[in-house]
Amino acid sequence: MASRDEMALMAHLMRRAGFGATREELEARVAVGYEATVEELINPHDHPPIDEDIMSRFMPGFEGSALVVNNGAAWMYRMVNSPRPLEEKMALFLHQLFATGFAKVDNAPELAVQFEMFRRHGFGKFRDLLVELAKNPAMIFWLDNHGNHKGAINENWGRELLELFSMGVGNYSEDDIKEASRAFTGWTIPVKIPQQPLGRFFWSFEFQPEDHDYGEKTFLGHTGAFNGDDIIDIIVKQPATARFLARHLYNFFVADEVQVPAWNITPPNDPDAIDALVEEYNRTDGDIRCILRALFNSDFFKNARFAKVKSPAELVAGTVRMAGNYNGPGPGYTELAMECNYQGQELLNPPSVESWHTGAEWIDGGALVRRVNFSAKLLGDTSLPGVQAMVQHIKAQGSLSPEQLVDQCLAVIGPLEVNDATRGELLEQARQSGDLCWDTEDDSKTSEARIGVLLALVAASRDYQFA
Amino acid sequence: MTTTHKDPVLVVLQMTGANDYLNSVIPYTDPLYYDNRPKVGVPEDQMLPIDKEMAFNPVLAPIKKLYDEGKVALIHGIGYENSPRSHFRSMDIWHTCEPDKIGTEGWAAKVVRDLDPTGENVLKGVNVGQGLPRALALKGVPVTSVSNLESYGILSGVPGVEQEREMLLERFARMYSPAIGTGPTMDYLGQTGRDALKGADVIRAAPAQYQSTIEYADTPISKNLRDVASVYLADLGTQVFYTAYGSFDSHFNQTPMHNQLCTDMSRAITDFFDDLKEHDAGDNLIMMLFTEFGRRVMDNGTGTDHGAGGGAIVIGNNVKGGMYGVYPSLKPEHLTEGDLEPNYDFRGLYSTIIDKWLSLDPVPIVGGKYEQLDLF
Repeated sequence: MASRDEMALMAHLMRRAGFGATREELEARVAVGYEATVEELINPHDHPPIDEDIMSRFMPGFEGSALVVNNGAAWMYRMVNSPRPLEEKMALFLHQLFATGFAKVDNAPELAVQFEMFRRHGFGKFRDLLVELAKNPAMIFWLDNHGNHKGAINENWGRELLELFSMGVGNYSEDDIKEASRAFTGWTIPVKIPQQPLGRFFWSFEFQPEDHDYGEKTFLGHTGAFNGDDIIDIIVKQPATARFLARHLYNFFVADEVQVPAWNITPPNDPDAIDALVEEYNRTDGDIRCILRALFNSDFFKNARFAKVKSPAELVAGTVRMAGNYNGPGPGYTELAMECNYQGQELLNPPSVESWHTGAEWIDGGALVRRVNFSAKLLGDTSLPGVQAMVQHIKAQGSLSPEQLVDQCLAVIGPLEVNDATRGELLEQARQSGDLCWDTEDDSKTSEARIGVLLALVAASRDYQFA
Repeated sequence: MTTTHKDPVLVVLQMTGANDYLNSVIPYTDPLYYDNRPKVGVPEDQMLPIDKEMAFNPVLAPIKKLYDEGKVALIHGIGYENSPRSHFRSMDIWHTCEPDKIGTEGWAAKVVRDLDPTGENVLKGVNVGQGLPRALALKGVPVTSVSNLESYGILSGVPGVEQEREMLLERFARMYSPAIGTGPTMDYLGQTGRDALKGADVIRAAPAQYQSTIEYADTPISKNLRDVASVYLADLGTQVFYTAYGSFDSHFNQTPMHNQLCTDMSRAITDFFDDLKEHDAGDNLIMMLFTEFGRRVMDNGTGTDHGAGGGAIVIGNNVKGGMYGVYPSLKPEHLTEGDLEPNYDFRGLYSTIIDKWLSLDPVPIVGGKYEQLDLF
């Protein structure tokens, strides 16, 4: 049987590389082994995808719908049910890194196309991902590259490519931005076809040679008649790019850093960890799958338990995965997407190209009350299958002292580490009714209710806010 | 009861989705109105005239009644330059007063901060609705957000714990008490949790104390305004209320949809002010209604598309009723891409309310000096 340490480590991996896992899943994965699980996660395309037929039967047209919330609901379905959890987690990471917002794009189906691109290219070379991004119609519209013309550049895409998507501020000049922008002239989307009378047409990437500036450019010390691909080739060889991507991966998968705009003036939490990821980037020519492998197998990852505040999507998907009330298709995914909105993360609609502020900035009074109530309501409800499984697991331990009961409750949600203030209150609560026993039917009823209350308190704790 | 030394209160009612101001306050003697609105226009014989040029849509009859009592200010042509015609972006701009860059600090939250710089009263700003609007979001400013006053609270949905709730809330408070050496994020979470609990504790007293003979309708906007009234009448020190209603995004089949929204909203607003009157508490409160933009002048056959210039409404006993500003011209040569050209910056309205009603300095809140109105 899996030891508590093995379970805790696997739970940590699954919270970060996925959206958490039930006890049964963790036990099965521990049996397979940690490194083997990492391999499975970073090779999602070796495993069958989510059953899209079933998904589209129960949520017809949700994915790619014109409505933001329907797309959010479909994505929640994937986060909760995908047999490729890291594929969805990477899509979420890339949505936060390359934040493209409905507010301006005003075309949810094109955002769905972008997410599909993230799923397809999220485990390949960073170079290829950036090229795909540069050709992604939603991105072109979002950062105005359709308005970037030969002789009349629009710098929006060129600037954000360098500042937010690859190198970070302070590593290039204003001239580099202009030269990069020249190289991306003619990378555009054709004039949109009006929606009436035939309905919505998908946008598409088009290279328009007549609008492309074929002249010589000087970019980051290199000179040539560069096209957009050449610019990206130069970008991905910059040490700043390796470092910037490493820090983003660390911030998303390992531990909360300060907000991105402060990175050029604030050193990383763990410089050695960043160095290790940079080294892997350099060794593999920016192979994201290999960098993820190095990350998840590293000690700095394994030791970074509960070092991140859960994003709303992580909190919502993770909690329902544990509660087990959203296994498979059915109604209610729209409510999950709305719950993310209320907690401050409207999927498909990040507040700006700088994306959501993460870490402690996920939390404000309104968001915290929602997070607490959402989690406590589900995990305190012993009628839900996942919670009932927790009750049965605890019941199987037989009679328990209050201390043991608290330990068991923390073990089944996580296992979760809590601070002394939380543990003290849980103990007080458990001590109120003495030892837990299951001798009579009345005992069983009372014990189940007691476990429900304790689980609700655990879900309401500060500690539960961390992944 | 004298209300002169009571703190001024602002209720913001956000008409989400872009209310069609052109079909709310209507230039009913302008033939261009009828030319542009063949399908979703209000027939001339149904208009509720204000003067020789402007009329209310009949579905706003209750607001017209308040107008006739001198309590309603109509602010024509409000908006800002280069209106983006995107709901989300435009709402962001109204929420943050940042039309040129992406802002994250809410103007109403800044008002709350300046009303209560030490953050002593976590109920200084109260949102009634789901989720916190960006207008009320600002790090370090505690704001209480209540989706349903009757059931509001921490741990409110946990099944089967009604008996134990009080005790569980005490446990919650202790779980969120300062925990030494656990780091700034844990501390911040603790403070936020304790503030939320304090807010919930106090605010729960409101519906218990509240009594009224006014029978509000069973609609979302009536329910929300009733919650506002009951918190306001409980004297908890709240000075900024925020609630949203909609969606007014009437691209399709506009007339029945817009009529229903306006009917429900007008009823809710008049019930709300009647309620305050019954409690002799109407003098120190105003309500500001805004929407992110107006709608396209020419209808699209069954509805209207996104426009630019819109209108705002301010209601209250101490508001100088009347029409403010110039209604934008409907002449084709004056339209921008088919839309009314805004001629009054919304930050001027905010400034007016912040300065003359709430007695705060508007400049740091709206980010500059803007033309104010003589509203009070």
